[in-house]
Amino acid sequence: MKKQIRKQTPVLPKAPTGIQGLDQLTGGGLPQGRPTLLCGSAGCGKTLIAMEFLVRGATQFGEPGVFMAFEERIEELAQNFASLGHDLNALVAQKKLALDFVRVERSEIEEAGDYDLEGLFIRLGHLIDKIGAKRVVLDTIETLFSGLTNAAILRAELRRLFRWLKDKGVTAIITGERGEATLTRYGLEEYVADCVIMLDHRVSENMSTRRLRIVKYRGSSHGTGEYPFLIDEAGISLLPITSLGLKHPASTERVSSGLPDLDAMMGGRGYYRGSSVLVSGTAGSGKTSLSAHFAAAAAARGERCLWFAFEESANQIARNMRSIGLDLERPVRQGRLRFHAERPTMSGLEMHLVTIHKQVQEVQPQVVIIDPITNFNALGSDLEIKAMLTRLIDYFKQQQITALFTSLNSGGRAEEAPEVGVSSLMDTWLLLRDVESGAERNRVLHLLKSRGMAHSNQVREFLLTDRGVELRNVYLGPSGILLTGSARGALEAQEQAQALVREQEASGRTRALERKRAALEAQIAALRAEYGVEEAELQRGIAQGDARTAMLAGDRIEMGRQRQANVTATRKTRKPN
Amino acid sequence: MKTNPAGPDSMAAFEQTLAQIDEGHYVLRLYLTGHTSRSLKAVQVVKTLCEQYLKGRYDLEVVDLCEEPERAQVAQIIAAPTLVKELPLPLRRLIGDLTNTDRVLIALDLKPRKD
Repeated sequence: MKKQIRKQTPVLPKAPTGIQGLDQLTGGGLPQGRPTLLCGSAGCGKTLIAMEFLVRGATQFGEPGVFMAFEERIEELAQNFASLGHDLNALVAQKKLALDFVRVERSEIEEAGDYDLEGLFIRLGHLIDKIGAKRVVLDTIETLFSGLTNAAILRAELRRLFRWLKDKGVTAIITGERGEATLTRYGLEEYVADCVIMLDHRVSENMSTRRLRIVKYRGSSHGTGEYPFLIDEAGISLLPITSLGLKHPASTERVSSGLPDLDAMMGGRGYYRGSSVLVSGTAGSGKTSLSAHFAAAAAARGERCLWFAFEESANQIARNMRSIGLDLERPVRQGRLRFHAERPTMSGLEMHLVTIHKQVQEVQPQVVIIDPITNFNALGSDLEIKAMLTRLIDYFKQQQITALFTSLNSGGRAEEAPEVGVSSLMDTWLLLRDVESGAERNRVLHLLKSRGMAHSNQVREFLLTDRGVELRNVYLGPSGILLTGSARGALEAQEQAQALVREQEASGRTRALERKRAALEAQIAALRAEYGVEEAELQRGIAQGDARTAMLAGDRIEMGRQRQANVTATRKTRKPN
Repeated sequence: MKTNPAGPDSMAAFEQTLAQIDEGHYVLRLYLTGHTSRSLKAVQVVKTLCEQYLKGRYDLEVVDLCEEPERAQVAQIIAAPTLVKELPLPLRRLIGDLTNTDRVLIALDLKPRKD
């Protein structure tokens, strides 16, 4: 492992933290063999991240670690981490972890003369050597400043300590309380220059969010934003970033939307796999029904679908979908459809993001439905929600998950402006709209956009029947007004009647034509007969004429012959003239 | 240190401690890190003061942490040199090379505090 990392980045080897998002953010972990400063205000999770680094190092990367606590007793630490699923005592017994509580009690200590912190060095050095530690955490070494008064000695000794840690080649995390104007109260950032990570804990709108930021990472690129993280029973989850670039794969495979009619609108083959689909619409316009079709289709293909329901319970959705003839209970029983229903206000935005991540990792779905994203609006500003959705979409794309998001448009707002301004993130955007006419509200569906495929520009009427969703053609009234519902029905009936009349008329005309042609043909026959008679007569005449001519010619020859016979006689008789 | 009233052993230890306090008996441990000039100075000061003020009623142990590093953790040592006064109570830690003898004497309750 180490060798591999060295090969890839010969400049700066890194020690992976095992905290997934953090490793992504730092491009592989903390600087190996160097100290990292982890600072932040009280309660923002410094100790936890530091301990996670050690525990994962010990269990996943074969790097034993020493945890030197200045604030919490070993028993307290073990208890706290037991509740997070880490058995520190077991790790200690396996010599993968060493814990030491350094008690600094101001009232016990008197300073009488010159001293150094060699005692601490020996303690730490002894533990490092005892278990062959590669990782060290000092939490929070600043406590020394409250126990010892000679700041000059302390600073000199801390500088020496950090250098000594480097010489030992251990990857260290040094935690520090956040100061007023400085990163840490006692300016530890002066000594730890390689990597500084800042944690923050903010409460806004009654929701607290922990965030992590890499202030500095010498010799390495890193994400520069603030990244929310979550502490729960499974430890730390840092939100992996919007990746450091748009590099997700683009599949050409298509997946059915669950509606053949809708697929037909997209070249007959549905959405691209791994694309993101937005279904926006007003209340009751059929967003959830459309989602249900998609989910059912995925389950029918044998894929797994994960449905985050932020408005209705799983049972309610299943019951409602039964009413349009969709059975969602079967895929649930088959393990192909998993509902995760939760009120969005139950937790903060980041918490949701993390929950979604974790569920996705657990279920490994091919299709995810989030219904609706607009319910996040109460949890943060538009910008924050957009940022969250960006992360989410990027994550889904990387996992090649086809994601369908529904978005509720409130009445009165511009319909083509979805609540969260996320349309630019989406590959396909279906708009469901209510059209009011003739004392009816009817649903229509527009396919506003669908990247990378030919798609229909038609507005279709959208019907919820007991056999599921059906798409109908929308009729245009005489003045170009959309006709839907019973008006469309009436028009359809009218058109059918007209068609019948037209058909009858047409067949009548055909018959008349037929008659006309028969008459004409009779006439033609008569004329032809007449002509035949005339022709025969004429032929006869011509024949007679010919015969006469021939006869005449014959006579002339005969006469000639006769004349020839008399030539001499004639001459003789002439001569004497 | 052992003041747990539950067990008879700790009770006995407590009583013994009380007796030692009555006697004004001192238990001192000096933790050093190798033969540095500070270490030597501190040993010298402690030995001199003990002979001067506590003759016959003190136990002094000099611990070199370089030889016995595990004792640093047990005794909660940070700085070196550190002189720990385990008895009489309260426990005190004197850090430094002890060249400020006034402070040493005050910390050992051998000289009244000025302030």
